[in-house]
Amino acid sequence: MAKGPYSDKVMDHFMNPRNMGEIEDANAIGEVGNPACGDVMKLYMKINDEGVVEDVKFKTFGCGAAIASSSMATELIKGRKVEEVLELTNEAIVEALDGLPPAKIHCSVMAEEAIEAALKDYYSRMGKDPKIVDEMKEKIKSKVVS
Amino acid sequence: MIYMDNVAGTKPDKRVVEKMLPFISEKYGNPSAHFYPLGRESFEAIEEARGHVAALINAKPDNIIFTSCGTESNNLAIKGVANNPEYKDKKHIIISEIEHYSVQNVALKLTNYGYEVTKLKVDNTGLVNPQDLKKSIRKDTLLVSIMHANPEIGTIQDIEELGKVCKEAGVIFHVDAVASCGHVEVDVEKFQCDLLSIASQNFYGPRGAAALYIRDGVRITPLFDGGFQEKGYRSGSENVAAIVGMGEAARIAKEEMAEYSKKMIKLRQKLWDGLAKMFDFLHFTGHPEKRLPGHVSFWIEYIEGESLLMWYSLKGVCAASGSACSSNILAEDEEELEASHVLTAVGVPNDICAGSLTFSMSKYIEEKDVDYVLEITPGIVNRLCEMSPYFNKK
Ligand code: FES
Repeated sequence: MAKGPYSDKVMDHFMNPRNMGEIEDANAIGEVGNPACGDVMKLYMKINDEGVVEDVKFKTFGCGAAIASSSMATELIKGRKVEEVLELTNEAIVEALDGLPPAKIHCSVMAEEAIEAALKDYYSRMGKDPKIVDEMKEKIKSKVVS
Repeated sequence: MIYMDNVAGTKPDKRVVEKMLPFISEKYGNPSAHFYPLGRESFEAIEEARGHVAALINAKPDNIIFTSCGTESNNLAIKGVANNPEYKDKKHIIISEIEHYSVQNVALKLTNYGYEVTKLKVDNTGLVNPQDLKKSIRKDTLLVSIMHANPEIGTIQDIEELGKVCKEAGVIFHVDAVASCGHVEVDVEKFQCDLLSIASQNFYGPRGAAALYIRDGVRITPLFDGGFQEKGYRSGSENVAAIVGMGEAARIAKEEMAEYSKKMIKLRQKLWDGLAKMFDFLHFTGHPEKRLPGHVSFWIEYIEGESLLMWYSLKGVCAASGSACSSNILAEDEEELEASHVLTAVGVPNDICAGSLTFSMSKYIEEKDVDYVLEITPGIVNRLCEMSPYFNKK
């Protein structure tokens, strides 16, 4: 029997969001919004010289699914290398949350987009063309397909 | 648990349940079979209920038709008039912007059949201006349908004024009184309405019973044809137990409403004042005085409604939200997440999922319940503000 729209995992991350807040000296900040429903997600990362996400925090204006997706996304990328972080898809976030209602999938998409936006910021701070993020994503996708 | 979502349905009064029980067990006769006692008993119980329901809205029992829910009553009223050959030359319908879906969507559907629909604007407290109504009535206006009280923002219309305008213009006036009946006075004579919908679940009766008042002389084509129950306006076996429950709920409401509404107004004010003092970024919706007795509704900047609703629920308080994120969450796709048309109509910014919330009390609410809501609110709001990327921008 269905227990309600959200899984226990979603409820747990909604009630006890991990890594909520801001990072003062972040070197990667991404903010994305969903015009359809007004969600806004802001992601802060501290990436070290080895390209590892040392710390990550988020702020989210949004529904239960948006908050849980943000929280789960931070857990999944903390301590990872940038290349690995880019491999994270919204499907993986949904899976880690034990599912989301269909109408709420876009909240997890937003988390993936926030990560992308933060990494673009990271590369442009390093003087690189932020498009590199798109290229890397493309490569990952084609790897998955082939 | 503190239940403050009474616009979604009230807890049935114990006396109502008691009165219903025999009709779901030993008194199972079909009311149409009134030639033997078992059937007659059901028939008489329904007629007794009809009397109580009629008395509650100052109508004659003969003018009450039992239906299954408020939506059915609204459908029967509007489609019933529109489908009647007597009125076939009149193709204009007037509703307001903040009507329930069971009025809005019915009117919308009728546009496929050559009807034109005017949606009256409301002011930022949710009131329809009687002058606007007057101006929008045309020669071919068939029907005006306006709700008495809005469940989302609590506003109660100047329905007598609107009724007067309709009466003068000679157009049929339908009032959706589902949210108000049993909480404030509903009187078909004072309202000068021709049709009026009410539902039992909104005044401590069971779900599955509702009624439509039809004034003498108004022509209605039934929604379904069958065995002529309810004078042919609503064929189909009656839900006897539910109707009996509705009758008992109406009887109790008539006797006790004045008293419990007074109590609810006091508690409403307490909740309202308490919230107003807490945050300057909390905005009330609806009319400050012309509103349902136990109804407080508001939205909060920086915070999204579903999260707010979920936190109250986790703390044991049931409320309602008109924000998109909480609407139709089990829908198949996100397209169906739509912000409430009511909130949009009264000017709540819809570019964000406003953190709208509605607390609607019942006669069972006590002062300590309101105290508890006030006590937990700062924690919930501060927590969500802390999480909101908008909050710091200030
Ligand atoms: S915040 Fe609006 S649906 Fe997620």
